[in-house]
Amino acid sequence: MKFGVVVFPGSNCDHDTYHVIRKVLGAEALYIWHKETSLQIFDAIILPGGFSYGDYLRAGAVARFSPVMNEIIKFAKKGGPVLGICNGFQILLESGLLPGALIPNDGMRFLCQTVYLKVANAATPFTQAYEPGQVLRMPIAHYSGNYFADDELLKRLQDEGRIAFQYCDADGNVTTEANPNGSRFNIAGITNEYKNVLGMMPHPERASEAILGSADGLKLFESLLEKVYHG
Amino acid sequence: MWKAKIIVTYKPGILDPEAKTIQHALGSLGYEQIEHLTAGRFFELTLNGQMDRESAAARVNEICEKVLSNPVIQQFRVELTEERP
Repeated sequence: MKFGVVVFPGSNCDHDTYHVIRKVLGAEALYIWHKETSLQIFDAIILPGGFSYGDYLRAGAVARFSPVMNEIIKFAKKGGPVLGICNGFQILLESGLLPGALIPNDGMRFLCQTVYLKVANAATPFTQAYEPGQVLRMPIAHYSGNYFADDELLKRLQDEGRIAFQYCDADGNVTTEANPNGSRFNIAGITNEYKNVLGMMPHPERASEAILGSADGLKLFESLLEKVYHG
Repeated sequence: MWKAKIIVTYKPGILDPEAKTIQHALGSLGYEQIEHLTAGRFFELTLNGQMDRESAAARVNEICEKVLSNPVIQQFRVELTEERP
């Protein structure tokens, strides 16, 4: 199985992601430069975190027009798994692969901290190795992570089981106090309708080895591996 | 040549943390009479070539919808003026 890690000018979690896939997960990974126009050899695509194009205009707004994005949209429409982490999530929203938008955190601060996440749907290709409702610890590091969806979209996301992760407290309670950035419904990650595209603000690639404080993110990559091999 | 002045702001009903912070800061400086404050971004562009007002407006609107604003959360306003060289 081959993972592709997309590199935009300004990506800065590409190496972490590549490291986790190759050294921790033991799978194959290749970098994909943003000018690339063929994704044929890949089984899964990851848009890593960072500050593509310096977050100019809006986070993810310029990266969305990179040549590789047309191919990623085609790849996703064919059912290929696409994961966007942090800035990658912002790019997926700007490109229309996921609905809604991310606006600046309600406290107008860059947040760099470890949060608790609840697995709100453990029946997606990205979360199948987790238990439903499982509480995870992962870091966040973002300025625009405040997920916005109007009431109608929010209801659709809920009804269709498209909320993958929610910010919660250590016991798994989804509360206002546990919401770090003002996201509607404590949303930390959502999928598309077919569940093959996931965008999330927390960083599973920074929480995949116990020595880094948490290995809770590794199961996300294991889920993907399992999905590609066994469906 | 057409010159377009474009202002992009959040749609009403979407909480704008930046505007809220500025308003709060002004309040703590004693400007408590501010009822409402909107923050946004300003762009100015000139189109080259000859075209009528209608096609210039269509071009600029397309640019605003596709790139300069995110229609999910933002709205834009365009002021178009013709510049004679």
